Amino acid sequence: MAEILTKARARNVFYGGSIFFVAVFAALTVHSHKYITNRSTSALPLTDEVVLGKRVWERNACINCHTLHGEGAYFAPEVGNVMTRWGVVDDPEAAFETLKGWMEAQPSGIQGRRQMPQFNLTDDEIRGLSEFLRWADETDTQGWPPNDAG
Amino acid sequence: MKYKSQKVALAYFYTALALFAIQVSGGLLAGWIYVSPNFLSELLPFNIIRMIHTNALIVWLLLGFFGAAYFLVPEEAERELFSVKLAYLQLIILVVGTLGAVVSYLAGIHEGREFLEQPLWVKFGILVAAVIFLVNISLTALAGRKTAITNVLLLGLWLLSLLWIFAFINPENLSLDKMYWWFVVHLWVEATWELVMAAILAFLLLKLTGVDREVVEKWLYVIVATALISGILGTGHHFYWIGTPGYWQWIGSIFSTLEVVPFFLMMSFAFVMVWKGRRNHPNKAALLWSLGSSTVAFFGAGVWGFLHTLHGVNFYSHGTQITAAHGHLAFFGAYVALNLAVFTYAVPILRNRDPYNQVMNMGSFWLMTGGMAFMTFVLTFAGTIQTHMQRVLGENYMDVQDSLSLFYLMRFGAGLAVVIGALLFIYSIAVVHRRELIKPGVANPVPGE
Repeated sequence: MAEILTKARARNVFYGGSIFFVAVFAALTVHSHKYITNRSTSALPLTDEVVLGKRVWERNACINCHTLHGEGAYFAPEVGNVMTRWGVVDDPEAAFETLKGWMEAQPSGIQGRRQMPQFNLTDDEIRGLSEFLRWADETDTQGWPPNDAG
Repeated sequence: MKYKSQKVALAYFYTALALFAIQVSGGLLAGWIYVSPNFLSELLPFNIIRMIHTNALIVWLLLGFFGAAYFLVPEEAERELFSVKLAYLQLIILVVGTLGAVVSYLAGIHEGREFLEQPLWVKFGILVAAVIFLVNISLTALAGRKTAITNVLLLGLWLLSLLWIFAFINPENLSLDKMYWWFVVHLWVEATWELVMAAILAFLLLKLTGVDREVVEKWLYVIVATALISGILGTGHHFYWIGTPGYWQWIGSIFSTLEVVPFFLMMSFAFVMVWKGRRNHPNKAALLWSLGSSTVAFFGAGVWGFLHTLHGVNFYSHGTQITAAHGHLAFFGAYVALNLAVFTYAVPILRNRDPYNQVMNMGSFWLMTGGMAFMTFVLTFAGTIQTHMQRVLGENYMDVQDSLSLFYLMRFGAGLAVVIGALLFIYSIAVVHRRELIKPGVANPVPGE
């Protein structure tokens, strides 16, 4: 490397550059935080049911098979838009009934087909989950996914 | 071994290797379920196996980093560790936490954010262990000689421990949850872990090639400067589609493109040092792993990362097998191979032996690297087809998956090669043979004709 780049200069670029970009990142994080709470997730209220649904989602480690907004495991379908795919995103009652029917039919036991476990959820938990998934579906994700297949 | 207290690293390395075996076995099992989906489906569902696969990986890599720090900081600081007892206490806490986590996963008790599924008490255990580690290693470094290698290593370890705080923050708002989740996940593997990696690589190259410390340390600062300058705002490539503002598409695309730079520099660094170095170090296997790590990291993290990081591409490829392909090769190259390089270099020294089983060890390198490369290729093909059928043509997820079964079968074969390679590696480290498989050639002090 050229003589102009001494070890001390390289070190200063490292510390100075890092501090600068941490500051920029922190500022953008504050803005993004506000943007999320005030705009992108404001379509539906964050009700107790939605919060319960998120806990149900977590307690059963759904993310280790499914993706949600494209993040998670790639073993099972995307669920960030599952309510749209099922055509029930605007109808809480239909969303609950459809999800309940689905959850109670698992595992399918079909040979050669990926199996979803039976999670033995209560009706309240299923309602929470369907509200959580409707809430997530209504989040402004910049147009992602490209189509209903998720 | 120059300092008695370095010996504590050996316990860390052995524990890490045991978890490595668990991690790859879990991966193989998960790979088999892709081929034969009814296997174990009632007893041990896929999500639990995947948790064990990913968590075991993270913990053993961290154990390797801790061990590497306990090995190299005394040598760099030119003094004994502050406390050997604290180092063992830290290991015990981590082992209890890890075993506790595995048992509770098997019993279905876990939290639910990806990679952060550890029960709360295990998360606290990790925090306590990290604090013990930082105190122990910082007091050692502060009292002794300060080098760029220890500076960067300690900075990386301090920052990654601080970021662990975000593992405890789980907002009720899913999009906020996701944004702060990346503060641990991205800022670990694409920022602070890179500092640790670069520092350890610099130490290994210093020892293996004999290049002047000034040269090595200048490279080190340049590498870590590019790593953080690109990697911090590079977090933006995870903020495209989770409810965060649209400007991240541009910030993420630009800065995560630059994330290729530190990996290219690390690869160049390794080869240039070997080229310039005059030392004919007897541990050829450690050199192979060091060069291999930086090379595979460049391809896995750099090239395969860039492949799907531009937002226009990522819009279609996000969350497909393309991501899985990148994740596997990046982790293997950057962090698995680097840890195995450290083990290969340090374990013979810690056992007071000349390097041993080098041919077997190098064989395991090619088996694992070949297997991981093949796995990455087949998953990339699978992901490309998936992206087209599902994201462009809009076909149903499960129908698309059914058409990928040949790729999943090939992935299982690749995984089998990796597991065999891993077991061969563990054997070559654990069991000392008196003779090499092949007799080495005569040392050649004068360059040949």
